[in-house]
Amino acid sequence: MINLEISAKHQDVYDKLRLVAEHMMRPISRKYDKEEHSYPIEMEEVAKLIAGGRSGGVTAGLSSRPDAGQVVNGGNLQSVIGMEALAWGDLGLMLGMPGSGLGNAAINAVGTPEQVKRFGKRYAAMCITEPGTGSDSANIATTAIADGDEWVLNGEKIYVTDGDRCDTLVVWATLDKSIGKAAIKSFIVEKGTPGCEVTRLEHKMGIRASDTAAISFSDCRIPRENILGSEEISSGGGKKGFGGVMQTFDNTRPPVAAMALGLARAALDMTEEILQQEGVTLDYGRKPGNASSLQAELYKMEAEWEGARLLVLKAAWMADNKQANSKEASMCKAKAGRMGNYVTLRCVELCQSLGYSENRLLEKFARDSKIVDIFEGTQQIQQLIVARQVLGKSSSQLK
Amino acid sequence: MSETAASLLFDLTRSDEQRMNQETMQRFASTEMRSVAQPADEAGKTPAGFYDKTAELGLALLPIPEALGGAGVERSPASNALNIEELAMGDLSLALGAVTPQAFVNTLLDQGTAAQQEKYLPEFCQGTFVSATTALMEPRATFEPTEPACSASANDNGFILNGQKCMVPLGLDAQKILVVAELQDKGIAAFIVEGTPAGMSRTEEAHMGLRTLQLATLEFDNVQIPADALLGDGAFDLQRFIDLSRIGICALAVGACQGVLDYVKDYVNERVAFGEPISNRQAVAFMVADMAIELENMRLMTWRAASRAEQGLDFHKQAYLAKVTCSEYAMKIGTDGVQLLGGHGFCREHPVELWYRNLRAIAILDGVASV
Repeated sequence: MINLEISAKHQDVYDKLRLVAEHMMRPISRKYDKEEHSYPIEMEEVAKLIAGGRSGGVTAGLSSRPDAGQVVNGGNLQSVIGMEALAWGDLGLMLGMPGSGLGNAAINAVGTPEQVKRFGKRYAAMCITEPGTGSDSANIATTAIADGDEWVLNGEKIYVTDGDRCDTLVVWATLDKSIGKAAIKSFIVEKGTPGCEVTRLEHKMGIRASDTAAISFSDCRIPRENILGSEEISSGGGKKGFGGVMQTFDNTRPPVAAMALGLARAALDMTEEILQQEGVTLDYGRKPGNASSLQAELYKMEAEWEGARLLVLKAAWMADNKQANSKEASMCKAKAGRMGNYVTLRCVELCQSLGYSENRLLEKFARDSKIVDIFEGTQQIQQLIVARQVLGKSSSQLK
Repeated sequence: MSETAASLLFDLTRSDEQRMNQETMQRFASTEMRSVAQPADEAGKTPAGFYDKTAELGLALLPIPEALGGAGVERSPASNALNIEELAMGDLSLALGAVTPQAFVNTLLDQGTAAQQEKYLPEFCQGTFVSATTALMEPRATFEPTEPACSASANDNGFILNGQKCMVPLGLDAQKILVVAELQDKGIAAFIVEGTPAGMSRTEEAHMGLRTLQLATLEFDNVQIPADALLGDGAFDLQRFIDLSRIGICALAVGACQGVLDYVKDYVNERVAFGEPISNRQAVAFMVADMAIELENMRLMTWRAASRAEQGLDFHKQAYLAKVTCSEYAMKIGTDGVQLLGGHGFCREHPVELWYRNLRAIAILDGVASV
């Protein structure tokens, strides 16, 4: 039955996390924006609370398996709803939350039972991007050479989220660059391994509470069993392994899109509150064309926000119900990414000096929001994926 | 309706019945509408016999209680929106015409008295097309649907109507017209005007698009109508009427834009320039991607408002926002549709110029296609 309201259980999850966001993240939001790279110790409490919730508190009771043919509102929906709520608090703090590394997801998804046992509870960051390779991750140049019981890694990685404060790295490297995608594998590297060094922390325009590291590998030796997945390079130029890795993005794009929802909601809430003091209210009465330009703009932003949210919920719902959602995942990321930029920047503008001032957080939301339209696939990469699917094009036809 | 929203899950699954009905509408749209839409637009006339054929779809009689001769299917704003979507893929103008009597019926079921339902609705159950319509809009640049200038005042014989209505679908022929007016000392009310009483005139008015809809301007000059013409107990819920109409208008936009996207997709894949299909270039492909993204946005906004209406939840804000979204992106998709065909899009050999003209109406329409 067509129903586009989130379930009561998920609404409850959202409400609880929004309280956490409001009372435990907002108060320290500006502090860690100013003190870039300093470790937000307060977030350890938040992380504990959320982890505790998973096993019986805030977010419990949502993973029961459904009967065949039954509609599921499961982990994917819960994940986007949770992300939205926490990003409403502070996106930088949320990303820098201890234990939230992207590498953990990779280890848990493709690791052997032994690997999951050994590294599953670590704080693992993900090393993919290189100075010369961004969206074209098939082109990475970091190498892994087998040498007896070990792999030898060489190369440089950048934009490693949580790269400094994590204890473990998942590193994408190629076994043989001439083979292309099929030779790209990922490896678990423990921090402190000789040859692995954090060389720099990026100074960024936003999400400053999240550390973003450059890490170099020079003759860095790791145990042979630290490869994630098979050592074999699948024959026939097959891209099965790499394609599988790329497919994991279908599940991670909606949650990242949801970050834009949280940020834009935060900006809209604050803007509507500020403008209300100036007598501008939203009653959804007069048509936009007959309303004041301030009201019309707020209606437009509310509409954009609602639409982006529905696209995100749809993509997550499809994942929950085992429907292929590659197109929808990219659609929601494209829409939410640009909506987030548009709304947060416009909110700064509408509130004028109040929006631009560091006395409030509107300017910070606008700075933070830019990254959401970039990481986990830029706006343009999402458009490319959507276009290929809609037009029935291969990646060689539509480059 | 028995389930409350609290126990529901987020779900985009259509029921078997909804899918079946959609297929019927889809067949009708492709066989009876698509091919006749362009010549009809050029002639500025509804194709002969078209509306009689739409009677086979049974749109108007579906929600009418069995006791009055109808099918007694519980009125479903969501199902109505889905059906409208499919019809509008055939042609926006003809689709709006086809569902216009249904909007009259829906409003009567929603807000009419039992006596009014008994009086008017059985006629819609005879298997023939009954031309009935709703008249809300007025010819004014800053027209606000909640503030009609059309007025009514009570007298011994019922009411006297004065004022103008415009862009009334089927306005030339409709023998039953629901007219929204400000009732003196009472507030906004709706009146069922039958036939063409003395003092009422109908003028055909051609527009940029919707040229097969028989859009008319209605003039009421001291028109006497009987006391039982007042809809319901007199307190017309205008906002509800507008909101249900907005869902219908948005569904029209979604269907028509799906038609644009499908057509453009084929064109850019076939059209060769510089030695390869133009869709191999990002400048073209990204426009198509954005059309698909915003169309999905329009659709989900419309579905959400419709499903809230169906569940009995407040849906005013959702209908308002869906209209904001559909107004903007329907025109964007219509515009980009022409642009992607280049000069061919500007010429009438392709239907995209017609869709562009029709889609301009989405932001303007109010008070029609109530679901």
